[in-house]
Amino acid sequence: MTSELAQSQPIISVRGLTKIYHAGEVDVHALRGVDLDVQPGEFVSIVGPSGSGKSTLFHILGGLTHPTSGTIRIAGRDLFGMSDAERTELRKTTVGFVFQKYNLLPTLTARGNIEIARDIAHRNGPLPPQFLDILKLLGIESRLDHKPRALSGGEQQRVAIARAIVNQPAILLADEPTGNLDTENSNAVLALLRDLNHRLGQTILMITHNPEAASYGHRVVRMRDGHIE
Amino acid sequence: MVRPPSSSVISMSGNMPARITARIDQQPHVKLSTGVLQQGTDLFNYITGLDLAQFNRLSGGFRFLSGGPFQHPGDVMVDQFYAHQHNVHAGDTISLLNRPWRVSGIYQPGMLTRVVVPLDTLQDLTANTGKVSMVYVKLDDPSKTDQVVASLRAAFKDYRIYSMEEFTSLYSVSNIPMLQGFLWVVIGLGVVVGFLTILSSMYTAVLERTREIGVLKALGASPGYILNILLREAALLAIAGSLLGILLSYLTRFVIQNLVPASLIQAIVPRWWPIAGAIALAGALLGALGPGLKAARQDAIEALAYD
Repeated sequence: MTSELAQSQPIISVRGLTKIYHAGEVDVHALRGVDLDVQPGEFVSIVGPSGSGKSTLFHILGGLTHPTSGTIRIAGRDLFGMSDAERTELRKTTVGFVFQKYNLLPTLTARGNIEIARDIAHRNGPLPPQFLDILKLLGIESRLDHKPRALSGGEQQRVAIARAIVNQPAILLADEPTGNLDTENSNAVLALLRDLNHRLGQTILMITHNPEAASYGHRVVRMRDGHIE
Repeated sequence: MVRPPSSSVISMSGNMPARITARIDQQPHVKLSTGVLQQGTDLFNYITGLDLAQFNRLSGGFRFLSGGPFQHPGDVMVDQFYAHQHNVHAGDTISLLNRPWRVSGIYQPGMLTRVVVPLDTLQDLTANTGKVSMVYVKLDDPSKTDQVVASLRAAFKDYRIYSMEEFTSLYSVSNIPMLQGFLWVVIGLGVVVGFLTILSSMYTAVLERTREIGVLKALGASPGYILNILLREAALLAIAGSLLGILLSYLTRFVIQNLVPASLIQAIVPRWWPIAGAIALAGALLGALGPGLKAARQDAIEALAYD
């Protein structure tokens, strides 16, 4: 991480975050007081064994689910002081998601999957010319008119990345983005994420099990039993 | 037309002595009468036994497309629709009333029956010797029909006597006991079953897309945006389905007309199109609304975890 990044105000600031799931009569403590700061433009890899709370942290940071206690500030705003509509707006404009299972809409083409993200953000019309350069960088410019079932896993994940960044969110959250890919495609996707981080200055939080993948980030955060080590 | 006292409009049951025609012939303005015997073969079809010479004098005769009138007691004549539906040609042998018949000729439709056999043969086969189930009466002056019907009713008390116009008008839903009510029950069942089928299909279709709805939520779609997409899709499906159903009704009518022309006719009622469309639309929108609202409101993580 550069000294420039370290001196900025954190774009993500987490304090005392806890999350308890109620599974029947059993309480599951997924997060047990997490503190984390992430600087703008930083590429942070979050690693840890299954059940360590990585995905729960990821979902809470994206405003997809509520914490039990603690505070989160995203781009200076208190995430859980926001209304549901404001959190929806945050996902639309500030946070982009990349999932392990790609989660493309199967009935839409690759282009349709990207354009629906723009439509949700009220940005209608064709993809802007500058975004076409990013599609070339992602290597999917010739695959845009294919449905997900006609794309390889690597291509689907690159379409998912294009969908996640098409509205130029300040933060990209990637949950095991290479979890379903072979080594070649994994390396390509990780290189792309690093390249996007350099070119666009997007803050990236990436969850991974793979230490080699984690090394693509500026910093590695390790989680265990709901804590950051 | 004269029918036995116990007969009804939709039933061919009941018969009367064939010699009644002699008394009918003596009535004023009656030019000729001939008795026929009708025997049902299944729910919608029947065989008519008639005296061909008398019937020809009354009706002007059969017009044959192939073959000719029956020559032997075991001969049968069929109309063009029946011949087409059963792939029958003149000279073929067909089975009716558990016995073989030789097809002597195929005649043009419009003779009030599709299958004709000699009256004597049918009377013997059905143990109705000397009996007929209907008498057709020809008048010397058709303008005196009402007057002759009235005088016949006076002379033949308890018999069912109709002009042809009156008889055909009796084939309406309001003249057949309980038919109207029965039809409303069938229509009601059709409406309810159709509505519930569309509703449950749409419910299942939206439920299966819970994960996709979770993806839209993760992309920042509001509940309103998601519902808007689901309801527009449901409406489009309902309209497209209704149009397809209307087109299919024409297809089924074409198939019926060509494969089983000697059976019931399928009516197409355009005034039901908007009603059917409204039922489909209401079913689809309500079916989509329930799971759509639930998915749009539920936690995105739960929706994304749905399999």
